Amino acid sequence: MAFVLICFPVVMAAIAAAVASNRWRPWLLPVAAIVHLAATVTVLAGGAAGSSPVPWLVLDPPGRIVLLQVSVLFALCSFYAVGYLRYRQDQSNRVFCACLLAFLGVISLVTWSHHLGLMWVAIEASTLVTAPLIYFNRTQRSIEATWKYLLVGSVGIALALLGTFFLAYASLHAGLDSALTLESMLGHAPRLSKPWLHAAFVLLLVGYGTKMGLAPMHTWKPDAYGEAPGVVGAMLAGGVTSCAFLALLRVYHVCHAAGEDAYISRLLLFMGLFSMAVAGVFMVGQRDFKRMLAYSSVEHMGILVVGLGIGAPALFGTLLHVLTNGLTKGVLFLSAGNIHRAYASKSTDQVRGAMQLLPLSGTLFLAGFLAITGSPPFGPFISEFAILNGAFDAGRFVTGGLFLFFLLVVFIGMGATVLQVVQGRAPSEPERNDYRDGVLTGAPIVALLALVLALGLYIPAPLLAMIGDAVAFLENRA
Amino acid sequence: MTSLFNGLLVIVLVMNLFALGTSRIHALIRIVASQGVLLGIILLLVHRHLTIPAFAVAMAGIAIKGFLIPAIMLRALRQAEIKREIEPLISPLASIMLGAIATAFAILFSGQLPLVDQNDGALLVPTAIATVLVGFIILTTRFKALTQVVGYLVLENGIFVFGMLLIEAMPLVVEMGVLLDLFVGVFVISIIVNHINRAFSSLDTRRLLLLKE
Repeated sequence: MAFVLICFPVVMAAIAAAVASNRWRPWLLPVAAIVHLAATVTVLAGGAAGSSPVPWLVLDPPGRIVLLQVSVLFALCSFYAVGYLRYRQDQSNRVFCACLLAFLGVISLVTWSHHLGLMWVAIEASTLVTAPLIYFNRTQRSIEATWKYLLVGSVGIALALLGTFFLAYASLHAGLDSALTLESMLGHAPRLSKPWLHAAFVLLLVGYGTKMGLAPMHTWKPDAYGEAPGVVGAMLAGGVTSCAFLALLRVYHVCHAAGEDAYISRLLLFMGLFSMAVAGVFMVGQRDFKRMLAYSSVEHMGILVVGLGIGAPALFGTLLHVLTNGLTKGVLFLSAGNIHRAYASKSTDQVRGAMQLLPLSGTLFLAGFLAITGSPPFGPFISEFAILNGAFDAGRFVTGGLFLFFLLVVFIGMGATVLQVVQGRAPSEPERNDYRDGVLTGAPIVALLALVLALGLYIPAPLLAMIGDAVAFLENRA
Repeated sequence: MTSLFNGLLVIVLVMNLFALGTSRIHALIRIVASQGVLLGIILLLVHRHLTIPAFAVAMAGIAIKGFLIPAIMLRALRQAEIKREIEPLISPLASIMLGAIATAFAILFSGQLPLVDQNDGALLVPTAIATVLVGFIILTTRFKALTQVVGYLVLENGIFVFGMLLIEAMPLVVEMGVLLDLFVGVFVISIIVNHINRAFSSLDTRRLLLLKE
C-alpha cells in the first residue's frame, strides 16, 4: 500500500507532463487525489497493517494523522485547482500539474518514512517540487518569492541534514550500528551521547523550524504565501508545514525517549511563544490579506511547537491541531484566492465589500477567520483549548497566560484586516473583473469548512482512537 | 595514513579561505568544484574496505560536485552575461579574517564534543564545522545570486565532510538521495537565477526588494 500512496501520484505526474491538452490536464489532479484518498482510508481502516516490505517504510500513529490530513486537503484542493486553472488558460499548466502531483507522492513518503535520512531526502524533495508552483504567475514578485523560498529553505534544510548526521553520530558513539531508523533510535535512546544529542536537537529544530516557518526563520513565508496562487498557499500551509512538523515530532520523540524533556521543552516553548509574538506584531495593521494568512500560519506553527514544549498533557490537543489547522488553512487560502482574483488586488486599500461582490467566498473567508482564531464552535477552538488546558495541567501558568494573550492579539489584528476585506461597499465596475464564484472554486471550500465545523462539534470515535494511539506511541506506552 | 588524511583536510580548510578571499565568480566556482573533487578522494581514503557501491557513491559525488554542478553554474553565468565581478559587503581581507576566526572557533567547539576512539586526532569534525561556517559567511556577505549558491555549496561540502564519520552508519541509498537532491536543487536554483536576471536585468539580490512589510 505504501507503494500505491507514494508511487501512484508520481506516475500521474509523469502522465501530466506528457498530456498535451492544457484543458484536460488539470483533471488528472482529482483523479490522483481520489485514488490517494481511497488508498489512505483503506490503510487507516486496516488497523495495524501499516507496514511494508521495506523496513524503512512504516506508517505509525502520528504518520497516520498527517497522512489523513494531507490527503483530505489535497483531494478538495484538487477540484479547486481544476476551477482555478480554467481561469488561467492563457498559460501552460504542465509544470504546475506535474509538480502538484509529485508533491502528493513526496509528502506521502514523508509520512511513511521511518528512517530519519530518508525523511530528510523526502522533505528536501518537497521544497524542490513546490518551488515551480510558487513561480506559476511569472511576475517579478513571484521570482523574488521563489528565490527567497529556495535559498532560505535549502539552507534551513541543510542544517537539518547536519543535525541528522549529529544524531547518527550520537548513536554511533553509543556503539550502535544500524543508526537512524526510528526503531533503533527509540530502542536505544537512553544510551545516546548527550552532547551530540543536544547539538543535534538545536540544529534539527532550526532546520525543520525553517521549513515550518517558525520565527525568526519565517522570512520566506509571507513572500511565498503572498505570491503563490491560493491553492498552492493552501498546500504549503496545510501540507508542507504539517510534514515538517511531523519531522520535528520524530526528533521530539527520540529526545523524549532519551529523557531530555527538560532541555528540549525550554527551547520548544521559547520558539513557539516567540513565533506567536512575531505573528501578532506583524498581523496588526497588515494591509495585504494573503501576507496576513502567512503570519497566521507562523502563529499556528508556534502553537504546535508550544504544544510539544508542554509535553504529555498537551499532546492530544497538539495532534488534533495538526488536523484542524491544516483544514482551516485550506478554507482561508482558497477563499482568499477567489477574492484576490475578483479584485485583482490583495491589499485592503482596494479590496472592500467582498461579502457583497462574492457572497460565498466572502462569507467563507469570514468563517475561516473565526475558525482559525479559535472561536467556537469550530475545530481549532477544541484543539487550542486542549493545548491551553494541558499548559495549566502541567502547571505552566506563565506559558498558558502568554499563549492566551498572543491569541487575543492575533484575533484583534487579523479581525481588523478581515473585516475591512469583507465589509463595506464593493468598488464600482471598472476596478474589478468578471470573476464570480463557480461550483469548482466554491464547493471544495464549503466542504472544508463543513469538516472544520464537524471537528468542532463532534470528533468521531475512530479519529479519537487514532489520536489516542499517537499520544500513547509518543509517550512510549504502545 | 592519518597524516595524509589530515593533510588533505587542511587543504580543504585552506580552500575555504581562498574562497573567502577571491572576488571573481569564475574563480569561486572553480575553487568549490576542486573542493568537491578533493572531498570525493578523501571519501575513497576513509573507507577501510572499499565495496563497489561505496566506490560508486564516491565517484558520483566527484562527478556531481566537481563537474556537473560547476558546469550548470558556469552555464548560468554565461547566459546571465555578468560583466561586473563580486562586490562583497566586507573586503576580501576582512572575510578571510572572519573565516580564520570561524575556523578557530570550530576547533575549540569540536574539542567539547566526545569522539569515538577510532576518530581521535582526525580533523574531520573541526573541518566540517569550519566549512559550514564559511558557507554561512559567503551566503550572508555576498549579494550576487550565483555567489550565494556557491555559499550554499560550501555549506553542503561541510556537511559532506561530517558525513564521512558515518560511513558505516549511513546506508548508501540515503547518500545517493542526498547527492541527487543537491544536484536537482542547484539545477532548479540556476533556472531561477536566469529568470531573476531576465526580470531584473541583474543578479544582484539587493534588487529583490519588492516584497517587504
